[in-house]
Amino acid sequence: MRKLISIILLGIVATGLFMSISQIPFGEPGERMGDHFIREGVKETGATNIVTAVVVSYRGFDTLGEVTVLFTAAMGLGAVIGLVRRKKTHPVIEPASLIVYTGCRFLFPVILLVGTYIVIHGHLTPGGGFQGGAVVASAFLLMYLGCRGKRIRENLSRGLESLGGLLFILLGVTGLLIGGDFLFNFLPLGEAGTLISAGIIPLIYLAVGLKVGSELAGIIDHLIENTDELSE
Amino acid sequence: MNFLSEYTYYIGAFSLIIIGLYIILVKKNLMKVIIGFSIFDTGIYLFLITVGYLREGTAPVFSKSGLDAGKMVDPVPQALVLTAIVIGVAVLALAVILAIKIYAHYGTINLRKIKEQRW
Repeated sequence: MRKLISIILLGIVATGLFMSISQIPFGEPGERMGDHFIREGVKETGATNIVTAVVVSYRGFDTLGEVTVLFTAAMGLGAVIGLVRRKKTHPVIEPASLIVYTGCRFLFPVILLVGTYIVIHGHLTPGGGFQGGAVVASAFLLMYLGCRGKRIRENLSRGLESLGGLLFILLGVTGLLIGGDFLFNFLPLGEAGTLISAGIIPLIYLAVGLKVGSELAGIIDHLIENTDELSE
Repeated sequence: MNFLSEYTYYIGAFSLIIIGLYIILVKKNLMKVIIGFSIFDTGIYLFLITVGYLREGTAPVFSKSGLDAGKMVDPVPQALVLTAIVIGVAVLALAVILAIKIYAHYGTINLRKIKEQRW
């Protein structure tokens, strides 16, 4: 019964979607929202990666909101875990084999390096704070899976997370004081295509990278800690 | 037939959305419902990227000089999706931890067996 109703409802939704999307031309050039950004983006922001220019400069305030959503999700996760008092037990953890252990320890700094590279070159090549932060967090995930028993310090990850958020807001407010707009690009734009260019865009992406990396690593830490508790 | 070949990406995106919605509506297992949410998310990302697609377009990155600005895909949906993916991961983690807590409290994640969840 429930299945039948669901299928009928979804059939109606699918028919409606079919009717509307068959009217939209696919892949044809035409008036687009991003045309201005593509034509004027490099001149206005100094960033050669237009996606970064949109994320950090044109839609910078929205990005702050999205970072806040991420923060709220991580905080909610911490709050839900905190409902149950943590038992101070140290379960015996079976270590991974030597090959896995050595491989993890070898790959960990390399992955961190790649993540950092993606973060700081966000305004030049594809990449940026969000992507690089996710890569950095994946290094910590590898560490948790391969070198069991190792933990990141919770205060350190919380501190880095707060630092990233504060840096973002401070840069925005400084722009407000100097230029009259929130996230006003008050540093010189420099020559487009060089590492130190595009004013505050690399700095903001560095802040976002710090925040995303430490937040996702914290989420992984929370989840692994909790499942350890359950399996006891 | 022309429609199928022209609109493959739209069809794929909306198929994922419909499959995700079906899983959310029908499945009893909470973990499967969360997987349904994830599939639904993916469909939305694919749809947004498809909206900005331009035939034979290049990535909106001026990595070398002489790239034609008129031949670049729309950067705005890409910017939206790149933040949405990271947020999607965080929200997924929140959903999973709630499922773990529900299991710890009720001893089951079958939505039909949890009395307060029945509808």
